[in-house]
Amino acid sequence: MNSHPALQLHVPEPTGRPGHKTDFSYLRLSPAGALRRPPTDTPAADTADVANGLVRVLDDQGRAVGPWAPPIRPERLRQGLRAMLRTRLFDARMVLAQRQKKLSFYIQCLGEEAIAVAQAQVLQPGDMCFPTYRQQGLLLSRDDISLSELICQLMSNQCDPLKGRQLPVLHSYKRAGFFSVSGNLGTQFIQAVGWAMASAIQGDSKIASGWIGDGATAEAEFTTALTFAHVYRAPVILNVVNNQWAISTFQSMAGGEGSTFAARGIGYGIAALRVDGNDFLAVHAASQWAAERARNNQGPTLIEWLTYRGGPHSTSDDPSRYRPADDWQHFPLGDPIARLKQHLIALDEWSDERHETLQQELQAELLAAQQEAESHGTLLDGHVFSADAMFDDVYKELPAHLRRQREQQHTLGG
Amino acid sequence: MTMIQALRSALDVAMGRDDNVIVYGQDVGYFGGVFRVTEGLQAKYGRSRCFDAPISEGGIVGTAVGMGAYGLRPVVEIQFADYFYPAMDQIVSEAARLRYRSAGDFTAPLTIRMPCGGGIYGGQTHSQSPEALFAHVCGVRTVMPSNPYDAKGLLLASIENDDPVIFLEPKRLYNGPFDGHHDRPIVPWSQHALSQVPSGHYTVPLDSASVFRAGTAVTVLTYGTMVWVADGAVRDTGIDAEIIDLRSIWPLDLETIVTSVKKTGRCVVLHEATRTGGFGAELVALVQEHCFYHLEAPIERVTGWDTPYPHAQEWAYFPGPARVGAALQRVLEA
Ligand SMILES: Cc1ncc(C[n+]2csc(CCOP(=O)(O)OP(=O)(O)O)c2C)c(N)n1
Repeated sequence: MNSHPALQLHVPEPTGRPGHKTDFSYLRLSPAGALRRPPTDTPAADTADVANGLVRVLDDQGRAVGPWAPPIRPERLRQGLRAMLRTRLFDARMVLAQRQKKLSFYIQCLGEEAIAVAQAQVLQPGDMCFPTYRQQGLLLSRDDISLSELICQLMSNQCDPLKGRQLPVLHSYKRAGFFSVSGNLGTQFIQAVGWAMASAIQGDSKIASGWIGDGATAEAEFTTALTFAHVYRAPVILNVVNNQWAISTFQSMAGGEGSTFAARGIGYGIAALRVDGNDFLAVHAASQWAAERARNNQGPTLIEWLTYRGGPHSTSDDPSRYRPADDWQHFPLGDPIARLKQHLIALDEWSDERHETLQQELQAELLAAQQEAESHGTLLDGHVFSADAMFDDVYKELPAHLRRQREQQHTLGG
Repeated sequence: MTMIQALRSALDVAMGRDDNVIVYGQDVGYFGGVFRVTEGLQAKYGRSRCFDAPISEGGIVGTAVGMGAYGLRPVVEIQFADYFYPAMDQIVSEAARLRYRSAGDFTAPLTIRMPCGGGIYGGQTHSQSPEALFAHVCGVRTVMPSNPYDAKGLLLASIENDDPVIFLEPKRLYNGPFDGHHDRPIVPWSQHALSQVPSGHYTVPLDSASVFRAGTAVTVLTYGTMVWVADGAVRDTGIDAEIIDLRSIWPLDLETIVTSVKKTGRCVVLHEATRTGGFGAELVALVQEHCFYHLEAPIERVTGWDTPYPHAQEWAYFPGPARVGAALQRVLEA
């Protein structure tokens, strides 16, 4: 006779659903300043404590504490604050523009601004990021990418640098070290490793930065990237942005229950850090640590950024159908902009008035950029690239069959 | 040179001319490849130019896309075409689309080599001919040589081409031509004129077919091993067929095809891959579209059966000279 109980399939569930509060104790937080900062040449296996704890710098009073507190000038912090605020305001305006049917679709990064913006400060010209659709902060923290050009892409209009071929938000800016975003999740993670291998093959000094969400870590490319990065000791920062959600799916469904995404790195022989993604100083410091390691031929670093997706997945999503409406308000790591602002004010390097002025400046800049972009048309008023542009760039040269199809399109239409 | 030596020579020439050419794949480095195509390259160019890779096709092609974005020209190997499927996403969604989706901001100038085809008792996973799956993907080029001279010239042209190229190598032809008469002794490449391969640099242009055998009675559209099978069927039947070796499967050389079919008025399409949705269907459609008023008989297709590639029934599956000869006869009598 069988003495074992009937087996049961375990299907992970979030604690919070609409009408029920989330129990955030699963996050297993460490107090600010509690974790050691190992030397950057630490063997991967010796980073297990930082992969399972949480690197934090800013405490509840906005003070920078502990060994990870980066030596960073207030001017840089103000630049970071400005870029985060610019990203947030840009997102809010584009969500509005989507509602007004000026663009077909948008994805905001509400609550996750610190991660892209602080890492952008650490990366150098010539480095290459392989972002997802939620790292617009990498572009919005630069002054050499015009806001109106970004909006033209979102509107797929006549000045869209991608000629109307790509969905909104899937930007490409080689000159800014921002690789073409793909709609296929995870693919870019292994490409980042390949780019870093190429830099090493050429004896270059540039590094790559790969990006992936918690949900997409379940794709094969995630583990493939870890394997290749480890095998070839590729100079790459492997960023996992754990915002707890993949559309409606809680991070436990990607394998986060009872384990951290950072800890995956240790098993693959990769140094790993788990970091407060809403703590601008911690993001800066951890990115610096990983970049230094990569530049010194000490290999890749996997960083799990703990954060929360403050907004809907996209403009096509309604999160109130699967999670508590006020969830973000209860997320224990708060709001990255509010926390850096508090820190700067505590340093006497910022004030509510300056914040207000900055916000107005940014709004004015945004308004002007949107007006400029709209002067080139929008998807919905039909001011888009010609149908001819549809046939270009499939191959380097237009092959005979596409020449024939372009002619047919001319005479026959769609 | 054998086809293996010709391919190796192409890689050697490409690596010697351009530091950006990087060769890697499973067992490709120290060991020189399971088919010896990359033998000696690591010793000559060093481990950072020719190296072994983990057993991850998605990883091999995915890293190559990243290297291409950096500015390298990777030539990667998938051990058998039957094993490219884990890399399908990187090929279709990434390599093929990168130039288009970024409006030329990024490109993927990679070459993906893979031994393909059957006739070697390779069973289900060492015999497949997946070219139709690539031909359906806009943005990649698919190429398949049938002899050492073309193999080297086409591989060099593929490596130098800025589009991603799927380079299919019929492993049945690695050491000698094969006309499908498996019961007869194999003739090595050394006894064939097409094994005369220059040691230096030359290319065979992409998008260009070759008239492998001129004839007047019927046009045979084919590529890879089947070029030689068609030739065997011509010898067996005495039918004066014109054999077109497509060489580039897609994009292809429509002009050479149309000129030939308009001349002969009859057409047989021949490939080893399974029939339904195979590349032959596209060829039949193109000929129908462009040569309809010149056709004197229905277009025939001789292909592998719509089954996985069997082991014991190898020669019942493989479209051999008897099956091809019968089709030529039917088309002539129609
Ligand atoms: C290969 C693939 N499968 C599914 C999708 C559809 N999809 C788009 S975004 C998304 C969720 C991704 O979640 P996560 O990786 O956690 O990133 P986040 O959106 O939270 O930033 C899904 C399933 C896709 N784009 N690609």
